[in-house]
Amino acid sequence: MKLLLKGGRVVDPATKTDAVLDVLCEDGAIVKVAHDIPPGDAKVLAVKGLVVAPGFVDMHCHLREPGQEWKETIESGARAAAAGGFTAVACMPNTVPVNDERSVTEFIRARAREKACVRVYPIGAISKGLKGEELAEIGDLVAGGAVAVSDDGRPVVSGMLFRKVLEYASMFDIPVIDHCEDLDLSDGGVVNEGIVSTVLGLKGWNHTAEEVMVFRDLTLARETGGRVHIAHASTAGSVALVRDARARGVKATIEVTPHHFALTEEACRDFDTRSKMNPPLRTEADRRALLEGIADGTIDAIATDHAPHHSDEKSVEFSRAPFGIVGLETAVSLALDRLVASGLIGLPRLVELFSAGPSRILGLPGGRLAPGAPADITVLDTARTVVVDASAFRSKARNTPFDGWSLKGGPVATIVGGVLVHDVLTSRA
Amino acid sequence: MNLKSPHLLGIEPLDAGEIALVLDTAESFAQISQREIKKVPTLRGKTVVNFFVEPSTRTRSSFEIAEKRLSADSLNFSTSTSSLVKGESLIDTAKNLEAMAPDFIVIRHSEPGAPHLLARVCRSSIVNAGDGAHEHPTQALLDAFTIRQRKGRLAGLRVAIIGDIAHSRVVRSNIHLLKKMGAEVVVAGPPTLLPLGLAGMGVTVTTSLDAALEGCDVVMMLRVQLERQKRGFFPSIREYFQLFGLTEERLRRAKSDAIVMHPGPINRGVEMASDVADGPASVILDQVTNGVAVRMAVLYLLAGGASHEALA
Repeated sequence: MKLLLKGGRVVDPATKTDAVLDVLCEDGAIVKVAHDIPPGDAKVLAVKGLVVAPGFVDMHCHLREPGQEWKETIESGARAAAAGGFTAVACMPNTVPVNDERSVTEFIRARAREKACVRVYPIGAISKGLKGEELAEIGDLVAGGAVAVSDDGRPVVSGMLFRKVLEYASMFDIPVIDHCEDLDLSDGGVVNEGIVSTVLGLKGWNHTAEEVMVFRDLTLARETGGRVHIAHASTAGSVALVRDARARGVKATIEVTPHHFALTEEACRDFDTRSKMNPPLRTEADRRALLEGIADGTIDAIATDHAPHHSDEKSVEFSRAPFGIVGLETAVSLALDRLVASGLIGLPRLVELFSAGPSRILGLPGGRLAPGAPADITVLDTARTVVVDASAFRSKARNTPFDGWSLKGGPVATIVGGVLVHDVLTSRA
Repeated sequence: MNLKSPHLLGIEPLDAGEIALVLDTAESFAQISQREIKKVPTLRGKTVVNFFVEPSTRTRSSFEIAEKRLSADSLNFSTSTSSLVKGESLIDTAKNLEAMAPDFIVIRHSEPGAPHLLARVCRSSIVNAGDGAHEHPTQALLDAFTIRQRKGRLAGLRVAIIGDIAHSRVVRSNIHLLKKMGAEVVVAGPPTLLPLGLAGMGVTVTTSLDAALEGCDVVMMLRVQLERQKRGFFPSIREYFQLFGLTEERLRRAKSDAIVMHPGPINRGVEMASDVADGPASVILDQVTNGVAVRMAVLYLLAGGASHEALA
C-alpha cells in the first residue's frame, strides 16, 4: 500500500529539511522524500499549504488502562492522541495494577496492538508498586517493551534508590524519568505557593520542592553517568538547573507541558478544579522562563502529561479534586499558537520538540522523515483556527482548562505506519 | 440599592458601596436585639439551612439567632449528622438539601472554595460562614461594624492584625474589606505564619509586634491554634507570647484610644493577656453582639432587601 503526500512544506529538523517536497510511503515506511514524485498507484493526499512533519510523540501520558477504564482506555487515549496529531505516546506506569512487571507491560502492548490507532510505548515503574523501596525488574520490563522507567506521580523520596536506578538502568540505555517533588517541602500543597494560594487560602506547593529534587537528580546523574529525564518542569529554577548541569556534561533531558507554558497560577483564582495539576501552574516569571528554555534549546521535548479524570472526580472541593488535565487534543494547537504564531520559535524547532526530541530520549525509531524511517507523519495547518471543544474530545475525559479557547494552528492529519488514522483534510472546505 | 450577587461568597467580590450598604443596614437591625420582643417578620416563610461541615459554636449560634429574630425557619445540619461521612459528594448533599426548597444555605466548610462550588449548582442564596483559610465575610463585616461603632469611620484608620496570618480566613476577609474602605492595614506574625506574597494584598508586613502596634487605631488579634507548635511554626507557646502576645504595656504603642478585637475563641495567655482581653480597650464582646445584627442585615439584603417596613 502506497501513500503520497503531495505538495506540502516538509519540516524535518532531523534531516535539516524545510522545503516544499513530496513524501512517498510504502509498506509502513517512508521510501522517498523529493520534488514532484509521480503518484503512480499511490493514494494521494494533497497537502499543499500544509506542514508535513515527522510523527509527533507524546512521551508522557496516562492511559489509565489497566484498572481505571472509566477515566480512559488505551483505545480512547490513542484516538485522542491521533486527533491531537500524535503518532506515538509513552504511557506512565501508575495503572492498576502498576506497570512494575513484564506481564503488565506486555498486556499494554497487546492491548495497544489490538485497539490503539497510534503506537503505544509503555513506561515501566522504577520501584515495585511505585513504593519507592525496591527496584522493579527493570531488565524484564525493557525486554517486555518498556522504553523508560518512572515512578511518575509518586516521587522517588529515597536519594539512594534514585542513585541505584540511575546506575541500574544505564545497563539498558533507557532514561529514568522523574516527577520532581520533595513531598516534605510540597507539604500537601494544591496550588503554587504565592499570591494566589495566599488570597485563596489554599495550601501552597512551593517551587523549591521541585528544584531541590531536580538538583538532587542532576547531582546523582553526574555521579553515576546515568540518564535522567526531568518530567513536566514547571519552574524557572528547574530550567536553569538543567541548563547549567548540561553545560557541565550531565546527561539530563527535560520536558515541559503546554499548560505550564500557556497558563499561570491565576487560572486557579475561581477554584476551578480543571486548573488543578501537579506540578501546579506557576507564576508569570516561571512561564516566561519555560518559554526562554524552549527558545534557547534547553527544553528537549513538549509532553502533555495527559491525565484524564472523570467529571465526578473533579466536581468536588478544590483541595479534594485529583491533580491533572487532559492534553492530547490541545497540545499541538497550544504550541502552534503560543510558540510559533507568537514568533517565539520557528516550525523546525516546534517539530524537534514534538518529534525528534522525545524520539531521541526514548530511543524510538521515528523522529525523522527519511527513507527507511517509519511512515509516521503529522500534518499541520498553521493557518487554521481551532476552537477547543471539550465535548467533542475523543478522550473519555473532559477535564481541560482550555475549553472554548481559540488557537491559531492545529493538526489536520495523522499517519501511523503509512495509514491515515486521523484526517480532517477531506472535510475541509 | 441592593447587593449585586444573590450569594455572599466573600468580601473580595464586593465593592465599597455594597460593604457600606450592609453596615448601614445592620445599624437598623442592631436595635431589634435591644427590644423586649426581639423579633421582626422580615423573613417569615423563608427557610435557612445552616450547613456546617466543620465544627463551629459561635458563628452557627450567631446565624441561628439572626435567623430567628428575622422569623426565618432554620435547620441546622452539621457533620455529625451529615451524609458526607458516608461518601456522598458535597454537591450531592447540597442538591438534596435544595430539594427541600430552602431559600438560603449558610455553609461552613474546612475547604476553601466549598461555598463557590455550591453557588455553581444551587438556586438558593449561598452564605459563606467560613471556608478553610479563604474567607469569613460576615466576620469581617461585623468587625467593620464594630470599628465604625467606636471610631465613626473606617477610612484613614490604621489597623494592625497580629498572629497566625497564614491559616486565618478572618484576616483575608478583613484585609479585603479594610483596603476597600480606605483603611491602612499592617499585619504581623512570625515569618513561618506569614503567607508568601501577602504584601501583594496591599498590606504592610512586619515580624515586629511593636512596629505593627505603633500608632494604630485598631488592634486585631488572631487565634493561634495550639497544634501549630507541633508542626514547627513556632517553638513554644511561651516564646510565641513573648514575641507576639498583647500585653497592656505593649498596647501603649498604639493610640491611646485604640480598640482591641479578637474573632474568638480567645486563648488567654497565648494571643493576649487577660488584662487586655477584659480591659477598657477590648471590644471583643461587642463584636459578638454585632455579629447578630450584621448577619440579619446580610440575610435581609440577600433576600432582596424587600421593604423597610418590616423593620418598623
